[in-house]
Amino acid sequence: MSETGGTGIGASVRRKEDVRFITGAGNYMDDINQPGQTYAVFLRSPHARAKILGIDASGALATPGVVAVFTGADLAADGIGDLPCGWLVKSRDGSDMIQPPHPPIAVERVNYVGEPYGIVIAETLQAARDGAEAVVTDFEDLPAVVDAATATSGDQLHESVPNNRCYDWEFGDQAATEAAFAQAAHVTSLDIVNNRLIPNAMEPRAAIGCYEAASGDYTLYMNSQNPHLERLVLAAFVQVAPESKLRVVSPDVGGGFGSKIFVYAEETAVTWAAGKVRRPVKWVADRSESFLGDCHGRDHVTHAELALADDGEFLGMRVATTANMGAYLSTFASSVPTYLYGTLLAGQYRTPAIYVEVQSVFTNTTPVDAYRGAGRPEATYVVERLVETAARELGMDPAELRRRNFIQPDQFPYETPVALTYDTGDYEASLDRALEHIDHARFAARRAESEARGRKRGIGFSSYIEACGLAPSQVALSLGAGVGLFESAEVRVNVTGSVTVITGSHSHGQGHETTFAQVVSDKLGIPFENVEVVHGDSGRGDYGLGTYGSRSIAVGGSAIVKAADKIIAKGKKIVAHNFETTDDRIDFEDGVFSEQESNRSMEFGEVAFAAYVPANFPLDELEPGLSEKAFYDPGNFTYPAGTHVCEVEIDPETGTVEIVDFVAVDDFGLIINPMIVEGQVHGGLVQGIGQALLEHGVYDESGQLVTGSYMDYCMPRADDVPSFTVDTTVTPCTHNPLGVKGCGEAGAIGATAAVMNAVTDALGVKELAMPATSETVWNALRGSRVSRV
Amino acid sequence: MEVTLTVNGADHTLDVPDNALLVELLRERLNLTGTHVGCDTSQCGACVVHMDGRAVKSCTVLAGQADGADVTTIEGIGTADALHPMQEAFRECHALQCGFCTPGMIMAAIDLVRTSDDLDEAAVRDGLEGNLCRCTGYHNIVRAVLSARDNM
Repeated sequence: MSETGGTGIGASVRRKEDVRFITGAGNYMDDINQPGQTYAVFLRSPHARAKILGIDASGALATPGVVAVFTGADLAADGIGDLPCGWLVKSRDGSDMIQPPHPPIAVERVNYVGEPYGIVIAETLQAARDGAEAVVTDFEDLPAVVDAATATSGDQLHESVPNNRCYDWEFGDQAATEAAFAQAAHVTSLDIVNNRLIPNAMEPRAAIGCYEAASGDYTLYMNSQNPHLERLVLAAFVQVAPESKLRVVSPDVGGGFGSKIFVYAEETAVTWAAGKVRRPVKWVADRSESFLGDCHGRDHVTHAELALADDGEFLGMRVATTANMGAYLSTFASSVPTYLYGTLLAGQYRTPAIYVEVQSVFTNTTPVDAYRGAGRPEATYVVERLVETAARELGMDPAELRRRNFIQPDQFPYETPVALTYDTGDYEASLDRALEHIDHARFAARRAESEARGRKRGIGFSSYIEACGLAPSQVALSLGAGVGLFESAEVRVNVTGSVTVITGSHSHGQGHETTFAQVVSDKLGIPFENVEVVHGDSGRGDYGLGTYGSRSIAVGGSAIVKAADKIIAKGKKIVAHNFETTDDRIDFEDGVFSEQESNRSMEFGEVAFAAYVPANFPLDELEPGLSEKAFYDPGNFTYPAGTHVCEVEIDPETGTVEIVDFVAVDDFGLIINPMIVEGQVHGGLVQGIGQALLEHGVYDESGQLVTGSYMDYCMPRADDVPSFTVDTTVTPCTHNPLGVKGCGEAGAIGATAAVMNAVTDALGVKELAMPATSETVWNALRGSRVSRV
Repeated sequence: MEVTLTVNGADHTLDVPDNALLVELLRERLNLTGTHVGCDTSQCGACVVHMDGRAVKSCTVLAGQADGADVTTIEGIGTADALHPMQEAFRECHALQCGFCTPGMIMAAIDLVRTSDDLDEAAVRDGLEGNLCRCTGYHNIVRAVLSARDNM
C-alpha cells in the first residue's frame, strides 16, 4: 500500500472532524431547531406493569401553551403500526418466535417503567412539562415479572406469549456434545450471570419531526446509527409515511454503542405528530429518560460446561442460557443471544462439539438489544471464564491451556461446529505478544511483592474472537434477518477534481470522515484534503445499513473501494477516448492515467474535467460524468481476535479492585488509521472493564429501575481505569479488498473476562458476580475466610 | 430577571426567567451550543464552562448567579485557525471520538492545568473525575492533558 504524503492507508492521520468538535461547532441534535417548532414531553409509565383504565388530558389541554395531547389510541386510530423486530428466530420445534404487539405508544397496558403512553406537545418545553404534570391517568397496577431466570413461571405478560417465552432455541450437535462429555476426564462447570448494562452514549437521544403540508414530505432529524434503516422501518412497517416522502437526517451524533440503532417510540411519535399539529415537534431525552427508554444490553443467566481430556484437550462445550428480552422485542433483540452468541462459542479453539440452548423471555423491564459487542461479549465471557477455570482446576498454566487448544494458522479456513468459517488468524502470535507486554515471566515476583504489602494480586486472560463485518446477506437472510446487510457507497468526482464520498455507514465517533478519506485518497491518488465524506442523510445517499457490528470499514469501506474502482475504470475509458486508443492500454497509478508504451498521460483532475466537458464523446459508448455507486455484500464475516491480559491488585480491607496493568493485543487485519484503531480499543476496554467492576442495571422486585441516574449507575470515570498497553498483530482478512476486519467492539468483547479472571485469581474463588464492586469483593473475601475455617 | 454578564469577551444584558440555568442562557439565548447537556444530575460535566476563571458545571448555576460574571465557553478559548493549546492537544492525541463530552472536558482540563502544581497522570485522572466520556476510555484524554500542561 502506498502512502500519499502521510495521509494514506496506514497513517495515523489526525481527524478531519476534530476541529469542529474541539471548538464547540459540532452540530448535534439539540443544537438543531426548526422555525415554529413545538416541544414534546412523553407521558411515561410509573408502573412496571399496569392496565391503563383512563387518561384524562383535560388539565393538560387547559394548560397555557399546550398545543395537543395524543395517546396510543390516537396513533392506532391513524393506522400507525407496531414497532417490529427485524430478525426472526425459530424455536427448536421449528415454530417462529413469538413477537408480542408493540405499539409505539402504549394503548391498553404498560409493561415497563418509563414506557410511553402519551405525548404532550406545547409551545415551550416548560409548558409541555407542565401539561404532562396535569394529565391524570388511572392505572390498575399489576404484579411485575422482573427476574429472567424465573420469568417462565411468572404471570403471563402478553396474551400471545405463553410462559413469557419468546423462543426456545438450540444450536449445535447435541448428540456429539453428549458423547464428548461422556468421554471427558474432566468437566468444568460455571454458573454465570452476565449483568444488565445501560449504554449511556453521552448525547441523549433526540428527534425533531417536520411535515410540509404542501408537499406531504416528512423530515425526521434524529441521532441514529442507521438513518436509512429508520426510514425503511417507519415507512414499510410502522407506516408513518411512504419512503419517498420521508427523509431521515442523522447529524453529528454523540455516541451510540448500539443504543441508537433501534426504531423507538419517540422518534416515531414526533414524526407522526408533526403531521397532526402541522408544525415541527422536537423532543430531547433527559438522562433519566435515557436510562429508562434506551434499550439495555446483556442480561443473561447461563450454566456452562467444558469437557476436557486429561491432557487438557477441549472435547466439548454445553451451554444453557436464559436471555432477558425486557418487555418487548426490540429491533434486533432476537438475534443477539442466538446468532451473535451461540455461533461464537468455539472461540479461538478446536473444540469439536458444541451445543447451546437459549430461551428468551419477556419481563417487565426496559427492552434489551444490542450493546457494543452484542452477544459476542456474552459468548467470550462464557468461553474464557470456562477455559481459565478449567486451567485452575487442572493445575495448568491458563496461557498454555489456551495455546494447546488454539486453531493453528495452517488450519484456516476453519469451520467451527457452530456454523462459522474463520478465514484467517494467528492466535498464538497475539498471545505471545501479550505475554511479553505483561511480562508474564515475572508475575510470581509481582504477586509476592503485592502480598508483602498486604494486597492480593491476580492475573487473568481473555483470548476472544468475534464475528464482525455484519454481514453476508445470504447468510443473514437464511438465519432470519429481515434486511440484507450489504453497504452502499457513492464516489462522486466533482468537475474540478475534488471528490465527495457518500457512504451508508454512519459516524458517531468512529472517525469515518478521516478513515474513508484516507482510503479514497490512497486509492485515487488525490490529496486527502480533496476528499469529503458525507453520511447520515437519506436525502443525500440512496440507501445504507448503517454502523454497528464493527462493520464500517469492512463493509462500508469495501463498498467505497468498489465504487472507486469503477471511477478508475471509467477514467480509463475517458483517457482512452482522448488518446484515441482502447482502455486496456491505459494504466492508473498514483492519480495519473498513462498510456502503455507511450509518454502520454492525464492527471486525475484533467480526467474529471474531461468527463464533465465531454467534447465529442462517443455517446453510445461513453456517458459524460464521473460518479459511481457500488453496493458491497461481504462474502463472509470478518474475525478479529486477540488476547487481553489484566492484572489486578485487591485491598482485602476494603475490597477495592485496582487494575494495575492491562494489555490488549488484537488482530484487526490491515489497519487504515492506527491512531483511530487504538482509540476504539481504549474505549471498548473501558466499557468491558465497566461491566466487570462498576456497571449494573438493577431493578427492584416491583420493577422499578433503581439505577436510573449517574448517582446510582456507576459509569467508569477517569480515576477508575488505568492507561493501557495496546498492540496489534496482523493476518489480513482474506475476503475484502482492504484486508480489514474491524475494531469497534473488540475492547468490550475481550476485556470483561480478562478482568474477572484476574479478580477471581486474586481472590482464589471460582465464581464471582459482576460487577465486582468493593462490596462484592469484600463479601467474597469474608465468605472464603469462613469456608476455610 | 435581568442578568448582565460578559461571555467570551462580549457584554450582554438579558431578561431571563428566575429559574433559568446558565447553560440555558448560553445555549438558547446566545446560541453558544458548544456547551452541552448530558445529564440531569450534575454528574457528567459536558456543560463545564469557566466563570470568573474557574470551571463550573453550567447546568448547576442559575443564570442569575452569573450576574456580573465573566464567562468563557468552548467557543471563547480558541478558533479553528488559532487553537488553544488544550484544543490542539486533544486533536493531536486523539482525545475525542464522538465529541459530545469534549467541550466540557477541555474546559475542565484547562482549569485543572491552571490550578495544579505537579500534575501527573494520577492527578489528571483524579482532576477529571467529574467529567464522563463514554468513547475514549480516558487514555488519550489523560495523554492530551499532560501534553497541554507543558504547552500552556
